[in-house]
Amino acid sequence: MQDSLKSSSYQQLEQKSKYTNMFLRWFLYFILILFASYFIFPLYVMVVTSLKTMEEIRQGTLLSWPNGLNLESWAVAWGGRGYGAGDTFLRPYFWNSIKMVVPAVFFSTFIGAMTGYVLTKWRFKGDQWVFLFLLFGCFIPFQAILLPMARTLGVLGISNSVIGLVLVHTVYGIPFTTLFFRNYYISVPTELVKAARIDGAGFFKIFFKILLPISAPIIVVTVIWQFTQIWNDFLFGSTFSFGEAAPIQVALNNMVLSSTSVKEYNVDMASAIIAGIPTLIVYVLAGKYFIRGLTSGAVKG
Amino acid sequence: MKTLKIEELSKNFGSTEVLKKINLEIDEGNFLVLLGPSGCGKSTLLNIIAGLETINEGDVFIDDYNVSKVEPKDRNIAMVFQSYALYPSMNVKENMIFGLKQAKTSKEKIQEQLEKVSKFLQVDQLLERKPSQLSGGQRQRVAIGRALVREPRIFLFDEPLSNLDAKLRVEMRREIKKLHQQLKTTVVYVTHDQTEAMSLGTNIAIMNHGVIQQNDTPEKIYNKPSNTFVADFIGSPSMNLVKGILKENSGELLFTVSGSNLEIPIKDYDFKNKSNLNNKEVFFGIRPEHIFFKKFNESDFEINLRADLSEYIGHEQIMTFDYANQEVLAKFPSTIKIDLGKETKLYFDLTQSSLFDAQTEERI
Repeated sequence: MQDSLKSSSYQQLEQKSKYTNMFLRWFLYFILILFASYFIFPLYVMVVTSLKTMEEIRQGTLLSWPNGLNLESWAVAWGGRGYGAGDTFLRPYFWNSIKMVVPAVFFSTFIGAMTGYVLTKWRFKGDQWVFLFLLFGCFIPFQAILLPMARTLGVLGISNSVIGLVLVHTVYGIPFTTLFFRNYYISVPTELVKAARIDGAGFFKIFFKILLPISAPIIVVTVIWQFTQIWNDFLFGSTFSFGEAAPIQVALNNMVLSSTSVKEYNVDMASAIIAGIPTLIVYVLAGKYFIRGLTSGAVKG
Repeated sequence: MKTLKIEELSKNFGSTEVLKKINLEIDEGNFLVLLGPSGCGKSTLLNIIAGLETINEGDVFIDDYNVSKVEPKDRNIAMVFQSYALYPSMNVKENMIFGLKQAKTSKEKIQEQLEKVSKFLQVDQLLERKPSQLSGGQRQRVAIGRALVREPRIFLFDEPLSNLDAKLRVEMRREIKKLHQQLKTTVVYVTHDQTEAMSLGTNIAIMNHGVIQQNDTPEKIYNKPSNTFVADFIGSPSMNLVKGILKENSGELLFTVSGSNLEIPIKDYDFKNKSNLNNKEVFFGIRPEHIFFKKFNESDFEINLRADLSEYIGHEQIMTFDYANQEVLAKFPSTIKIDLGKETKLYFDLTQSSLFDAQTEERI
């Protein structure tokens, strides 16, 4: 008698907790969908608008579905309309940005790896001061160095050129890349370096043969960080370059702001997406390493 | 010719003196263990021998050749590290031959060495594996293999077993011992584990605060510690040190504690210096394992002490007795039954006792 009573009450409790769990689960999904749509919504508007004709934009609403797959505005954004003066389109500036971002990311990452290696594995007197000043570089607002940098570029004779921008971005990337690599290498046992020295490897051999092969996670983090920073930079690009040497973000701005007659929302949206795609590709390709690199520093012996 | 000789070596990091005028010699084929508590400078000394640390004063000689300013790779040494320090991106084979490749050894010689050593250490099945795919013991073996292929004059071991679990540690300890018996290469081995030091070393140098306290065979270190630090550091539980005074009574020397009628005759003790012994403040030292519950030798000295505490640890028990308000520990088989709080008859094996000057803490 008592046993059956007990078991029935347990059944009730079980049932109750099942409902509670189910409710919580649905609530969780609701919240997740809400936040996801918050981020997806602008993207949706951009993509949809870029596929519409101007006629559709004027007549339909912001959210309405396009009538067909109309890629004309993409073609205009990328390659222009074909007439001479005043026609701004992204293609040449896209390649400017590529020519700027690839060497700038490469050099800043490489130099950061080197400094990180020296600051952790070849300690010298006052190295903590060097690191402190490098860290300080992370906190300097970029506006503060615009004038001195412009002067420097002028003296070097590389103002208004892609090379000038590569130099600027490399120099201002080094504090961040050094910080990343220094924090990664500090968790690599120094005994590895000692063992390699006894084995007869020198400064560069230890770096290239022992440390660099195990640096993949932090290299990915640094590359993503630097790529995003440099690709999306507008301040340096607009200050130190104009006209034909400008990077894509500057060109995008010129394009959107300089149209004299009607605002072509579809072309603007297509241009904005084109300007954002490379960063997106880098994230998709390297995203899982990004998380791994940020969370794991330790190297298993 | 000494394989390794260290002369008047001093080292400081900033204002901290890590090593103070170290002198050390090792004969060919000996196994020297540097033993001491953490922070005593033993690892620094090893790094200096390896050439990984610079020297402030003094010199290091290998085969009578001053190597103080010679690069690590040219010192003809090899080192095994605590974290194994296997190169994570290379497989076992690449790890083992990395040093030979740096030294531009011929391919045939590298292959020959690799085969010989990997067979010897039974890692020949693992050559293609990455260090992360190896167990702790295997990593240890590969690390030793990497040192072996270089055929060095001196092996340096920096606490190589402290990352292993207790069981594996004992196993690897035996393997290192066997290895040394077979190869007969000179070894310098750093550890803080006294069992490891005792079982492996042909010589043990006990260090504290950057000074070598005693450099002797394991037997001498255990039986005739040169000061109270060594006496206290070696042995578990460590040697009992009872503070008291030496009294000369009609030609016979007695150890007494003030305020107590307990007296121990000091008869056949091997004094370093026999003068000025009367009224000298000393520590009387006797190891727990040299106190017995019944008379084994004719010379054993009978004494009555009160039992205060019993610690049962399976195969034996550690009893704490009261000696004129000082604690004296003894090790007995756990089958012996001793009543707590009562006076118990004990027998000290005085041939195994030590005396230390209470001021200088040196053996007298």
